[in-house]
Amino acid sequence: MTSQARNQDTAALDSQGANTQVYSWVAARPAPKRIEKANTLLVKFWKFITTHPLDALLSVGVALLALQFLMLALNWGVIHAVFQIDEAACQNARGEGACWGVIGEKFRLILWGRFPFEEQWRSATACVLTLTMLALSVNKIVWTPSNRPFTLGAWCFSVVGFHTLMSGSLFGLSFLQIWPHVDTELWGGLPLTLILSLGSIALATPMGILLALGRTSEMPIIRSICVLYIELVRGVPLISVLFMASFMFPLLLPSLQTPDVLIRVLLGITLFSAAYTAEVVRGGLQAVDQGQQEASQSLNLGYWQTQRYVILPQALTHIIPGMVNNFIAIFKDTSLVTIVSLYELTGSLGLALNGDANWRAYKLEGYLFIAAIYFFFCFTLSQISQNLENRLTKR
Amino acid sequence: MIPGNETLIEFKNVNKWYGNFHALKDINLRVHQGERVIICGPSGSGKSTLIRCVNALESFQEGELIVNGHALAENLKAIQAIRKDVGMVFQQFNLFPHLTVLENLTLAPQKTQGLTQAQAQDTAFKELKRVHISEQAHKYPSQLSGGQQQRVAIARALCMKPKIMLFDEPTSALDPEMVQEVLDVMIDLASEGMTMLCVTHEMGFARSVASRVILMDQGQMIEEAAPETFFNSPQQERTKAFLSALHRP
Repeated sequence: MTSQARNQDTAALDSQGANTQVYSWVAARPAPKRIEKANTLLVKFWKFITTHPLDALLSVGVALLALQFLMLALNWGVIHAVFQIDEAACQNARGEGACWGVIGEKFRLILWGRFPFEEQWRSATACVLTLTMLALSVNKIVWTPSNRPFTLGAWCFSVVGFHTLMSGSLFGLSFLQIWPHVDTELWGGLPLTLILSLGSIALATPMGILLALGRTSEMPIIRSICVLYIELVRGVPLISVLFMASFMFPLLLPSLQTPDVLIRVLLGITLFSAAYTAEVVRGGLQAVDQGQQEASQSLNLGYWQTQRYVILPQALTHIIPGMVNNFIAIFKDTSLVTIVSLYELTGSLGLALNGDANWRAYKLEGYLFIAAIYFFFCFTLSQISQNLENRLTKR
Repeated sequence: MIPGNETLIEFKNVNKWYGNFHALKDINLRVHQGERVIICGPSGSGKSTLIRCVNALESFQEGELIVNGHALAENLKAIQAIRKDVGMVFQQFNLFPHLTVLENLTLAPQKTQGLTQAQAQDTAFKELKRVHISEQAHKYPSQLSGGQQQRVAIARALCMKPKIMLFDEPTSALDPEMVQEVLDVMIDLASEGMTMLCVTHEMGFARSVASRVILMDQGQMIEEAAPETFFNSPQQERTKAFLSALHRP
């Protein structure tokens, strides 16, 4: 089109004036419809077999294998299993059926470890207290700004309560003794697993956040210290950290009174997992747009205010899956403390069965029992994280 | 409104390098109270760097920069004193996505000026009304259009009661039909006597509100003139080339 022609066109349009209808109405195309074929399951199945014979064959093979396995499990776990606490019956069923009686016989040792038998109600109460607090804390109502102080207060109370129940005295002070004293070395089973995992999660998370902030900081000395710490700790296996915490640490500080072995191990796990947490958090920090920082600066928010109110809320939302991964790993890693003579769930199972020749043979059943407990906690944790994620990312 | 005599921003021989790249070359610029200074120029010419120096989002190596009586130095106190009086609006809005519009507006006044929540919300609603968006106060930024988001960003900066407003290409990330609603808010602001330093490519806006227009290229201020002179009889060849490039269809 020549420029002259274009000018004429424009002139023609102009002369029509602003009110003239330039566009005409076009009927919308109807939305496409999905054609639903009224196929029964059987017809679909037949079609699948005829069109994909090899796939069908494989499916049948796998289904048969699965069925076989299921039947074996059912046979062993239910049909031929012994449910009553009857050692002779278990002996007869050996090789054919499970002996669930072992759990009935030993569950108190497995769940509460070496805790004195008469005082085991205290372990149980401590666990119920902790689990109740956890269940309550999942509700978002308890975290609204007005309720938050009460929730945190309740947590402080339950930590003190937990310690009082387990040790027998308030704050561990002998003149505030309520029940017979139980040394931390005798704490075991589920309460130990809970205190080690929850304690190190609660301590490692803030520490990991600080390490991540340090590693992304512009201050070279702080950055180097954080990098050094993270790389050093990540390069060491947890078992060696635990050995150091329980055996080396008292050797290094012979003159001072060394803290309790439980505290040392708890700190060991905390220091260890903080390094992992830090790297997860750093990933989240890097995912937050640089503009957020600049906007905060332009609004005169200081460094900590910026992190607290702008950067971290966004970063932590991004990393919920990674953090929960970490939490689950910590929860299961607590089983390693057995090697330093703390008998948490896994350790106390060994304790319960190894020493008793009559029941020693039924370890598999015992392991399945504690596996179910571990699974319950880990699965619950992942469900909570998914709820949290859905709630926070729906904006 | 007649510009006052008070100098709010003064660049004295400011030089900045990114490594070997000379980003700002001998910048000398005074902005008086109530003036609207528009900076334009090709991309990479240093105009964003220039205005980001004003509230210390960028540092510079040589020269002196005095903002509202405070000499800008690598000193946290001075930087905070300056940022208290300087609001900024970004090309990408940079709203806080995890906070509602209202929370975006009230966060900084509460945390930096010690306002109560009620006071901060009071101010926030006034500023939201000014940018014609008060009905959106409880939405999240992602639920707003680009133009609305940028107006919220302007309101957020205004909640801090700044003496100077910096605009860094405020309409460049917007759909064409949303540009005007943002410009209208800026024109309102200009008519109320706000001191504005603005990087933009909206030449119509520049023509109507600017006290002065500056062309930057390769880190230098090429031409600085009143809008009539700048657009109708530019002195520099570079300016002529830039303007004719803008007018080419």
